[in-house]
Amino acid sequence: MGKSFGRRHGVVLMDQSSWDDTLADVGPPRPSPGDAVSPQSSRDTRAKRSSGETSRGEGRAISERRAAPPGAYGVLAFPVAMLVVFFLVPFAIMVATSFYHRIEGAFYEPAFELANWQRVFTRVPLERTLFSIWISLLAGALCIAVAFPFTYFLTRMRRRPHVTLLIVVMSALSLSEVIVAFSWSVLLGRAAGLPNILAWLGLADEAQAWQPGFVAVLLGLSYIAFPYCVLTLYPQLTRLDPEVTEAAQTLGASPWRTFWTVVVPIMRPTIVAGFLLVFVFTLGSYLISFFLGRPEHWTLSVYISDQVSFNANVPFASAMAILLTVLSLVVVVIVSIVESRTRRLV
Amino acid sequence: MRAVRASVTAIAVLFLLAPLAVVAVVSFNESRYMDFPPDGFSFAWYTELISDTGWRGSIETSLLIAVTSAALAVAIATPLAYVLRTYRIRLSPLLYTLGILPFMLPPVISALGATVFWNATNHIGHIENVIVSHGIFFSTLPLVTISLAMETMDPSLPEAAQTLGADHRTTFRTVTMPLLLPSMVSGYAAAFVLSLNEYIISFLVAGFSVTTLPIKIVNGLRYGFEPTIAAVSIVFIMIAATVFTLFAIFGNLLRFLGADPAVIERQR
Repeated sequence: MGKSFGRRHGVVLMDQSSWDDTLADVGPPRPSPGDAVSPQSSRDTRAKRSSGETSRGEGRAISERRAAPPGAYGVLAFPVAMLVVFFLVPFAIMVATSFYHRIEGAFYEPAFELANWQRVFTRVPLERTLFSIWISLLAGALCIAVAFPFTYFLTRMRRRPHVTLLIVVMSALSLSEVIVAFSWSVLLGRAAGLPNILAWLGLADEAQAWQPGFVAVLLGLSYIAFPYCVLTLYPQLTRLDPEVTEAAQTLGASPWRTFWTVVVPIMRPTIVAGFLLVFVFTLGSYLISFFLGRPEHWTLSVYISDQVSFNANVPFASAMAILLTVLSLVVVVIVSIVESRTRRLV
Repeated sequence: MRAVRASVTAIAVLFLLAPLAVVAVVSFNESRYMDFPPDGFSFAWYTELISDTGWRGSIETSLLIAVTSAALAVAIATPLAYVLRTYRIRLSPLLYTLGILPFMLPPVISALGATVFWNATNHIGHIENVIVSHGIFFSTLPLVTISLAMETMDPSLPEAAQTLGADHRTTFRTVTMPLLLPSMVSGYAAAFVLSLNEYIISFLVAGFSVTTLPIKIVNGLRYGFEPTIAAVSIVFIMIAATVFTLFAIFGNLLRFLGADPAVIERQR
């Protein structure tokens, strides 16, 4: 069942066997329109195999491929050089910078000291870390709770509402975090938002702003994560054989009972993986908590960039960024383990 | 169950549309201040997007960055996807991971990495820094779309070309490349849209000297509300909705999003 999850993020297709348990098997935490190109459905593939039509349209397994001619390595030179120089080298400099010495009121100078790392494990940074994890978990849970039934119903709709709702979801997906943060601040604000509309309708005595605050941040994070959540669940839910739910209902289960005792258990790995991906995604969000929250609602990303842009403390920000990297990678590894387990089951 | 279905769908759609509806109302409000009920109807804030040099400048900057960085992203992704999916290369899992890693991690990490990198090379605050950072960060998107296209491509087509005497270069130019073009375009489009909307990388890398549209909006919000922000938000939403509607009409949106082909058939 979970087979196409990793595939959809584009990694697995290369070679299932040698890829199964690698870290890279997991996709990026931000699925995007381009990410979601569908693979051949497993049913499709099986049908083709049995009819003896094997390799057509399925690419070629690594073992069948030719050894690379020397020219191939030349072609790789540009992309690899770019990624090494502009991603790996900066990351290495960042690791080095986390040991540098910060000059108060100026910049930083090369040194080797553990002061920044000691500060990472003090009260305020740890509070930010735990808060980020906590609110991302909540947003992930909230998202899944709405997105899962929504996507399930969506995949069972007729074509026109199906496509229309997908367009709404994709449009929300392509919105900038800036615009989402702004929209929610207007919606929850006193001037023209819900509080004022309620007061105008006479349902509330006086308009009071609902932002900034914890609930506003939670709603904003759920908003940016919701479309991603739908898109990670969507390919799997379309593959849920309608005969399975029909069988349950023929045997007398109500639609409600079918949903809870058949659909949810079958989809559990997908739900877990989707939840964790949303978690990593919200962990990296910046503008939502910056605009919709008070400083006590700031996430790690805001804390890190605040250290750079306002406190000019790049060494400490580097140490925090490495902590965030480790955190994200741990979750990604967990997703890949969940994924590889599911693949074995199917 | 039917009632549950209707209410879940309604909650989700309301949740997605409510903030946008409020912003739409604000963007057409005649008054400079947010209020409800609105004061009157006006297109003034939309025309200000074009007439105001500050807004127009930031739109141009953002477009320049998006156009060039998406091209860079495709230039990085295409050879990587092609070689890794064509030949047997020992390092390919590692190289592929390298390609998706920037996008897999929170953007603030790429942003800070780029900041210390340009600090170290003493090349601070230039627009090309942002272009390179976006190109690297978003190269994952075309890498994914092109790799998927390579997977679904019939390998006998380039082989036939080579049997008929074409060398590697000619085969790539006349057979493989045209087959990959749609995936390159969709990868380019995805990188373009996300680059246009990206804030934290541009801000940390060159925020004080290069004003992209998201940076301009955030700065505007810091100093209080401007109705132009609402107008620009609505323009963006309309562009996105139009693009995906066209996609649904002329392309296969469901397939693109990973639907089971059987479902697409069933619902036809």
